[in-house]
Amino acid sequence: MLIPLSHYLFVAGLLLVIGVFGIFMNRKNIIIIMMSIELILLAANINFVAFSGALHDMVGQVFTMFVLTVAAAESAIGLAILVIYFRNRGSIEVEDVTLMKG
Amino acid sequence: MIPNLLFDVFSFILLGSAAMVVTSRNPVHAVLFLILAFINAAALFLLAGAEFLAMILVIVYVGAVAVLFLFVVMMLDVNFAALREGFQRYAPIGALVALILFVELALFVTGSTIAPGAAAARLFPTPDTITNSQALGSLIYTNYLVLFQLSGVILLVAMIGAIVLTHRDRKRAKRQNLDVQHARVPAETLTMVSAKLGAGAPMPKPNKETL
Repeated sequence: MLIPLSHYLFVAGLLLVIGVFGIFMNRKNIIIIMMSIELILLAANINFVAFSGALHDMVGQVFTMFVLTVAAAESAIGLAILVIYFRNRGSIEVEDVTLMKG
Repeated sequence: MIPNLLFDVFSFILLGSAAMVVTSRNPVHAVLFLILAFINAAALFLLAGAEFLAMILVIVYVGAVAVLFLFVVMMLDVNFAALREGFQRYAPIGALVALILFVELALFVTGSTIAPGAAAARLFPTPDTITNSQALGSLIYTNYLVLFQLSGVILLVAMIGAIVLTHRDRKRAKRQNLDVQHARVPAETLTMVSAKLGAGAPMPKPNKETL
């Protein structure tokens, strides 16, 4: 690989930190929280691909594909729950979500 | 030299747009910055030699997930300004946690080296003679077939779950009722009336089915 591994790891670490920071900052807006989760998963994927390139091992890329699959399924289900929650409550305030329990 | 420069440019745009995702006021802008972040991450994947995953990232994330986010953000009529209160209040604790997390990660990255036996412990070394897509495809269709099929099942479950969750049964919508249609006999629906010439015949009373 042309670029040293540590550069990739620093970029992925910064991306993860930005995602965690986003979850803290947007405590009420669940859409932004889900986007922050996507950023965190992207950081994990960058780590997988960087190690795969640095070690010349294909398994990292296979696992990246599985992470992509799970992330896509998670965001689809999450947005569906968000839509029906909005339909019932008229808002997407995270603090009211505890009302969903039976 | 050129790849290093490209790496710096792409990672700078990636981190900048990621920061804009979490701080922008308008959630539509946040989704658009998310798309920019994904495209730059795909460029980083290309620099690491994972061409297939870079294209998958563009197709799946930019084409499907980000558009889904954009659709939901535009469909929901939410007062996003009210959702931003507390942004300043949570900033110090968020910055503190982020700083601690980054320092820990940086210490880990700078203080570690790849173990000397790592090259011998590889499961499937990257082949030099075939393309990345071919190598990945032959790997997932032979050695990881069950996991690959299971990920397809996960996507199917997600699809069915999303449809079941959001599907609304509209009571007023007209529906085709096959049982009622098949149970119809001509005697119930058709009456022969012999009318006198010039006199006409009284209309049959409408029954429930014709209404």
